[in-house]
Amino acid sequence: MLPHTISEIISGLRDKQFSSREITQDYLTRIKRLNPELNCFITITEDLALSQAEQADARRNAGEASILNGVPLAHKDVFCTEGVTTTCGSRMLEKFVPPYESTVTRKFMEAGAVTLGKTNMDEFAMGSSNENSYFGPVRNPWDTERAPGGSSGGSAAAVAAGLCAAATGTDTGGSIRQPAAFCGLTGLKPTYGRVSRLGMVAFASSLDQGGPFARTAEDAALLMNVMAGHDPMDSTSAQNPTEDYTSALAQPLTGFTIGLPKEYFSSQLNAELEKALQEAIKVYESLGASFKEVSLPHTELSVPAYYVIAPAECSTNLSRFDGVRYGHRCENPKDLEDLYQRSRSEGFGDEVKRRILIGTYALSAGYYDAYYRQAQKIRRLIKNDFVSTLNEVDALLCPTTPDVAFKLGEKTSDPVQMYLEDIFTIPASLAGLPALGLPCGFKGGLPVGMQLIGNYFTEARLLNLGHQYQLNTDWHKRSPALGE
Amino acid sequence: MEWEAVIGLEVHVQLATKSKIFSGAATTFGAEPNTQACAVDLAMPGMLPVMNEEAVRMAVMFGLAIGAEINTRSVFDRKNYFYPDLPKGYQISQLDHPTVKQGKLDIQLENGEKKTINITRAHLEEDAGKSLHEDFHGMTGIDLNRAGTPLLEIVSEPELRSAKEAVAYLKKLHSIVTYLGISDGDMSQGSMRCDCNVSVRPKGQKEFGVRTEIKNVNSFRFVEKAIQGEIERQIDLIEGGLKVEQETRLYDADDDDTRPMRSKEFANDYRYFPDPDLLPIEIDDAYIEAIRSKLPELPEQKLARFCSEYGLSDYDAGVLVSSRAQADYFEVATRIVGDAKLTANWVMGELAKRLNQNSLDISQSPVPAEGLGKLLLRLKDNTINGKAAKDVLEAMWNGEGEADEIIEKKGLKQVSDTGAIEAIVDEVLANNAAQVEQYKAADEAKRGKLISFLVGQAIKASKGKANPQQVKAILAQKLS
Amino acid sequence: MTIQSKQLETIAKLARLETPGDQVAKLTRDLGQILDFVEQMQKVDTSAVEPLSNPLEMTQRLRKDEVTESNQREKFQAIAPATENGLYLVPKVID
Repeated sequence: MLPHTISEIISGLRDKQFSSREITQDYLTRIKRLNPELNCFITITEDLALSQAEQADARRNAGEASILNGVPLAHKDVFCTEGVTTTCGSRMLEKFVPPYESTVTRKFMEAGAVTLGKTNMDEFAMGSSNENSYFGPVRNPWDTERAPGGSSGGSAAAVAAGLCAAATGTDTGGSIRQPAAFCGLTGLKPTYGRVSRLGMVAFASSLDQGGPFARTAEDAALLMNVMAGHDPMDSTSAQNPTEDYTSALAQPLTGFTIGLPKEYFSSQLNAELEKALQEAIKVYESLGASFKEVSLPHTELSVPAYYVIAPAECSTNLSRFDGVRYGHRCENPKDLEDLYQRSRSEGFGDEVKRRILIGTYALSAGYYDAYYRQAQKIRRLIKNDFVSTLNEVDALLCPTTPDVAFKLGEKTSDPVQMYLEDIFTIPASLAGLPALGLPCGFKGGLPVGMQLIGNYFTEARLLNLGHQYQLNTDWHKRSPALGE
Repeated sequence: MEWEAVIGLEVHVQLATKSKIFSGAATTFGAEPNTQACAVDLAMPGMLPVMNEEAVRMAVMFGLAIGAEINTRSVFDRKNYFYPDLPKGYQISQLDHPTVKQGKLDIQLENGEKKTINITRAHLEEDAGKSLHEDFHGMTGIDLNRAGTPLLEIVSEPELRSAKEAVAYLKKLHSIVTYLGISDGDMSQGSMRCDCNVSVRPKGQKEFGVRTEIKNVNSFRFVEKAIQGEIERQIDLIEGGLKVEQETRLYDADDDDTRPMRSKEFANDYRYFPDPDLLPIEIDDAYIEAIRSKLPELPEQKLARFCSEYGLSDYDAGVLVSSRAQADYFEVATRIVGDAKLTANWVMGELAKRLNQNSLDISQSPVPAEGLGKLLLRLKDNTINGKAAKDVLEAMWNGEGEADEIIEKKGLKQVSDTGAIEAIVDEVLANNAAQVEQYKAADEAKRGKLISFLVGQAIKASKGKANPQQVKAILAQKLS
Repeated sequence: MTIQSKQLETIAKLARLETPGDQVAKLTRDLGQILDFVEQMQKVDTSAVEPLSNPLEMTQRLRKDEVTESNQREKFQAIAPATENGLYLVPKVID
């Protein structure tokens, strides 16, 4: 059986229990066995992985191993990887081989990590179920009839199914936290700007943020130590110094005050999930934390505001896909307009087109003030709610999703119902706050997730809260059966 | 009916930065296609813009030069439209918060009067690439080297009233940006391009007529011709009972005519919104004041100083400051010569004549300012006379060396030794006895002409080397 | 909020997307539903609120004016659909 966590892999490699080549091969074997059903990977980089693993082993033998040396990871197919196809889940980029490396994947390479492959995702990261991938839906390892969540569904399902010990994802309105909840994982959406967006194919620039999927908060901290940091090539990258995200993990929680935003414990939340959260609250109380009810009055408006801002930004971010310099180009365009319209219509799927159209509408003359500008104003109200609340408490605890993983096909016919899946994750995205998702129970054999939202740049504190919880619970240790 | 034209210009000035406005690619003109288009300029997925500090500094310099208010907080917006030379599908520009707000500049009208033209704003944006229409099997080729070159778009109020005023305004802008050194101003390479908004109205009417926009006119002469032609076209239309359509037109220099642009038929909705990949630029007063303190002297200030410091006439100073390179040339030379009037005459005369004949800009002069200065110094200290100086300049122009070297080599040193000159004069008097007799018999009026003849003969006899003043004095003495 | 097929056509044209006849009904319905949903935003009085573009409200960091990129045309054009003599090719552009 493969090791469970990154920490275990690190110590196994260090103590020479196995080599990077061996463990990489084991993961590749498992991927080959399970991926045909789960569809977690769009590209499996077997040759690259093995050669990286061999190099890592050589470095270790030479005494030059950095922290993640030889650790196999998977990357969401939104991160451009030089020489490795990067599809973004789209036909538009089906054959796109980037001539450059994203900052996030470059940092992992520099840290010695091994790339097992590129994971499936909703096209251009637009979706909450991974059903919007050109390469087909990903299946939830806990119940293959169900969605793994989205848009980073491939990464989440891969970690949950043990196809890798950790993976990268991106979160625009919940695309790390919601799949983490559906798949029983720990996933962190860092503060906006904490992780570089360079080389990450943009969906909504003011919201997109890369982050880790892992089994444990401790693993997430290890990955954050590599991913986080200022990037001079990204104007929106935060300049605050990073910290050692593992250093605060062991800190006791005595004296911590955690807020419970009442709007999140509403009728929208399934009762069984609420019960699981109440149990988690008890665990934290036993660890010395105290709770306080707080209010984030504009929560309800976050989904509408998000579904104006994100489509507006995406509608113009995706204009570069025009069939001229890279990506899909239609056959025999009869004129320039035909080239644009046909390349884009053939290259993009339905949800992407829908969002481009909504965004175009929201920015167009006569509608800008009522839609885009109003959404940006509401965004400030939402941020203000959080800022004043987080002055009173150290973090907020709330659900990640209204319910557990839904069935594939269950919500595809109604875009608005699908959008409402993100009601608990979107507010922190709009405010740009860090949020940690982690498992806190099960309902009918499916994982239940909770979410911890912190003030700007308090990732270390959130990971500390997550780690202390995980030291006292075992939800994160459970794995789906997968016929084993 | 008497008609009045109403003209406003939108001038795009390429800023002379080394790298592009949002990427580290070079901006050198004339490189092989797409060799200066990096991943950011090509809008590769995941690529992000980072603002060039030099472009901001240059915009602020311009703002200060036109007395404009500088926005301490400016914001970049996306202007969305599809075009093959626009890789992102949007141009990064500034809509509501441009770096430079309202300013003004003075132009000189033909009647010598000054007119103040208000400048609405000047904003930073990125240039687009180029479409090459040579035939590639019915296809168009796209070169994105120019994509991302920083532009300052300077928008005037519609206060210009004729094609000539428009050109005067454009020339003034040109001299300001080149004085500031923020653009090379080379219109033939597209460093300065102009969109002209033109309408006509009956003289005395307050309301504006329907305007047309002539796109991308790239020389002073074309601006004048395009606007003049458009004014006439509009008047003809209205007088013929037709209406002017609001439209975008292209100027065709070959036909000297404008035609409507076909690609703009579909009314665009640019959907401007703040670019989420960039953040507001904030600058403070200290930053602005630091730039102000280092602002180079501008044409008007220089003109005033040339008049007061060098005692030049308004006319001479005006000619010299018309380009910064010429003014700088003059100042370097005159500092060596120590005689501003003499230097000005040579810069505007002998040197300008040669430059014009060879279609050269003063910055390309084969004789540098120091060279001319050293030459004129020899004229000034009487080492050579004016005739010899012209010969030396000719030799210097042809690359034969420095002034002193040429004077020495050609033996052009002026003879100022009184004894030597007396000997020459005596010889001339002896050889020209008839003229000497005439001189003695002539009245004052005729004597001037005769003495000039004799001076000429003496200088000729000296092979051009005798000091004319001395010759004249000695002759006069001997003849009296 | 309903969206007319004429409006859909205008937006789709701006976005350079095709709207085949058999999709118009579904698209107008979907977009109408989404617009209805986001209409909730209008119930809040935001007249005194400044729009928020960037959650951190940072200001732009400026880059030194240095050439840091070298010619990578071959690498970039290797992934281009159509090029010739170093140029990207598109159907004839008419100004």
